[in-house]
Amino acid sequence: MSNAVTSKKKGGFLAGTANYLDERVGIAGIVKEFGRKIFPDHWSFMLGEVALYSFLVLLLSGTFLTFFFNPTMAETTYDGVFGPLKGAHMSSAYASTLDISFEVRGGLLMRQVHHWSALLFVAAAGLHMLRVFFTGAFRKPREINWVVGFMLFVLGMAGGFTGYSLPDDLLSGNGLRIIDGMLKGLPWIGSYTSSLLFGGEFPGNQIVPRLYSLHIMIVPALILVFLVVHLFMVVIHKHTHYSGPGKKDTNVVGYPLMPVYVAKAGGFFFIVFGVIMLTAAFVTINPVWNYGSYDPSPVSAGTQPDWYIGFLDGALRLAPTGIETVVNGATVSWNILLPMIVGVGLLGVVAVYPFIEGWITGDKREHHVLDRPRNAPTRTAIGAAGVTFYAVLWAGAGTDLIATNFKMSLNQVLTTMQILLFVAPVAAYFVTKRLCLSLQRKDREIVLHGHESGRIVRLPHGEYVEVHEQADVYQIWKLTDFKEYAPTLARPNANGVITIRARIRSALSKMFFEDRVSPVSKTELEAAKHHAELH
Amino acid sequence: MAKNSKEVAKHEEVAEHDYATGLAVITEDKISDPGIEPHRVRMTDKSVKHEKAAARQVALLFAISILGSIFAIWAYYAFPFDDTNASSLRINTLFLGLGISLGLFGIGIGAVHWAKTLMPDAEVSEERHQTRGTEEVRAAALEVIRLADQESGFSRRKLIRRTLYGALALFPIPAIVLFSDLGPNPKDSLRHTMWGAKKNTRLARDPDGTPIKASDVQIGSVFHVIPEGLEKLEAPHMLNEKAKAAVLLVRLDPSEIKNDKEREWGYDGIVAYSKICTHVGCPVALYEQHTHHLLCPCHQSTFDLAEDCKVVFGPATRPLPQLKIEVDAEGYLVAPGDFAEPVGPSFWERKA
Repeated sequence: MSNAVTSKKKGGFLAGTANYLDERVGIAGIVKEFGRKIFPDHWSFMLGEVALYSFLVLLLSGTFLTFFFNPTMAETTYDGVFGPLKGAHMSSAYASTLDISFEVRGGLLMRQVHHWSALLFVAAAGLHMLRVFFTGAFRKPREINWVVGFMLFVLGMAGGFTGYSLPDDLLSGNGLRIIDGMLKGLPWIGSYTSSLLFGGEFPGNQIVPRLYSLHIMIVPALILVFLVVHLFMVVIHKHTHYSGPGKKDTNVVGYPLMPVYVAKAGGFFFIVFGVIMLTAAFVTINPVWNYGSYDPSPVSAGTQPDWYIGFLDGALRLAPTGIETVVNGATVSWNILLPMIVGVGLLGVVAVYPFIEGWITGDKREHHVLDRPRNAPTRTAIGAAGVTFYAVLWAGAGTDLIATNFKMSLNQVLTTMQILLFVAPVAAYFVTKRLCLSLQRKDREIVLHGHESGRIVRLPHGEYVEVHEQADVYQIWKLTDFKEYAPTLARPNANGVITIRARIRSALSKMFFEDRVSPVSKTELEAAKHHAELH
Repeated sequence: MAKNSKEVAKHEEVAEHDYATGLAVITEDKISDPGIEPHRVRMTDKSVKHEKAAARQVALLFAISILGSIFAIWAYYAFPFDDTNASSLRINTLFLGLGISLGLFGIGIGAVHWAKTLMPDAEVSEERHQTRGTEEVRAAALEVIRLADQESGFSRRKLIRRTLYGALALFPIPAIVLFSDLGPNPKDSLRHTMWGAKKNTRLARDPDGTPIKASDVQIGSVFHVIPEGLEKLEAPHMLNEKAKAAVLLVRLDPSEIKNDKEREWGYDGIVAYSKICTHVGCPVALYEQHTHHLLCPCHQSTFDLAEDCKVVFGPATRPLPQLKIEVDAEGYLVAPGDFAEPVGPSFWERKA
């Protein structure tokens, strides 16, 4: 106790506060444990931060909106300041959205902040996933955290879609109509599921309050839970770092949390918030007053969902004509089921990829040094194929706009997309794999023979050569520090049987590692140096 | 120092655990790690002048933030909404957002600039510990579990354990059942529209509800149609009925109609088709006169109006259902009854 009194005397207000907190919540232990934790530095580590910060902005702006938004579909006659809709019948949800936009100062700004940060959240989460994928950060011990992050991405889309539908305008109503149609296409339970969601027939007067519950309570609560787990696991594992001199699987190289990362990451929150605020101040998004209230009869041409739903909408558009069948009196809507299978299947492969690769390599060690994408050519190629597949589906949602803007035939654009959906990922796979292998060979070249210096020298016997400058030890390390894997044969088990599992694993390992470039070894480097000295 | 060596010892002990390397190629011939690159000294580290300048820049950025926030508060009041001036909303939004942005950017860029120029930038290395617990910790954890099992008799008392599993499996089911009243059993609601509610409902214009005479419909013209009286329905029913009963009315030259049923169910080239797409239910609202094609703007299903609205392109499978129309004594278009099949998207029991 006497210590506490003296420290209070010595320090000022801050020391007093620190002492007060320590004696009540034990903050000294927390500061000691986490205050100097080391975080590595790289621009690509900011992508996850952007997602986190845009989620915080979503919470702040969304809370503001809840104070003014009226989530009911009770019919009302609009009597606000927006002239063109004066006297129109509409739902209270739509009317209050108009009021937020036209009568609450800063209301339109906050609506736009909310919408822009939602778009940014899903985009940043997606890019963060790509960074994690292409650098192999999902490998042991982070496979579970990959799945948690995947859930966050899916929840981000769910949050976005439920929010998109709340204003009850024509555009979002048509989005719900599509959801209704897709639900009805489910085998056995379709029409019941739709009735359960809409509280009876479409559109009914239940869907907005229901989506509101999901949007402001359940989805954000789930995102928060998964976010806490996600960050907690980052603390447990400590952050990965890129391969480089002094960076090993047994250490973490970077800067301390306090003060450097408090300033950098804390400051970055304000920068992300600032970018969203500036965009919202200057760029209109979702001008619901232009669309009118929901009515099942009209629809405008060129309707588009928010960007992150595009790949699912594209999948719906790319389904071939006439694949709905009737079997024993039951209608099977393959034109809806097939796109659903494609969309959900794509997400499913993403979710389980770490386990597939872990099974193929059989590498049970912990990995904390990231791969440069070129050093895992097959993984990078698979990623490129996946991104291309997604991109074609996504572009598929814009077939009508592509056709009208570029004056092409809609039918030809769509058929092209259907072909590209199969051809483009395969092409992307092979091109990417070859590019990675070539880049690896170039790295070997630099390590063994150095950089071209541009200096031409004439040797005593008349030969002209370009002088190569030896790469420095740090660069050599960066270019040679990666793990090499070799394919395996299908070996018989203890009973002398070659199982199908073993055959599949062998085939996959061949696909992954048959074509590979080994890192330069010490012997090779010394031989190259020796050779250079002879010249 | 003593603590440090203890930590290293702990780490080595964990590292002893034999993790399978799988297909990884283990080589002894690896180039050796030169260690962390030497720190590059920044201008602010070696020049007091630069250090002072950086400190001034950080303070300036924070000051800009203060000014931005004050500007935002001022803008909130200085640019009020004016119902007679449409740009007042835009100006308020713009300056309020600009002020808040400055307030945010000042703090953000200032803090990052501070970290990058004035805080230490020499990289530090910290030991990592393997995620797996040490052998002692794992043994202690196992012992805790073993004790708990022994004290409760969880493995020993099969009856208790199995009934507990049963109870745990069943207790959430009432919660699922509770959700049944989210919506009624759809029964045959998807099979009927307002056109079947009474005989000879007049075709009316959407949205004002005025009835349409056959003589009003010129060749090539398109009418968006609802059943007469729909606009007078109460709130949710009006939209629910409209979502099923919306119809598109077009007059073709009778010689262009290639389908006998279509001609028969129409009146002198006037034909009425459901406007609800048979794919996922968007309104098929775009009509191209010279090709007689109806296009759904959502997923581009295209229907040929001259051939009983069969699908010529896009993901839909079934033609749009036709509404049979006649003309009453006063010359108005009427529908003698409902559509012959359910309208809109497919569902499992549609054919049953």
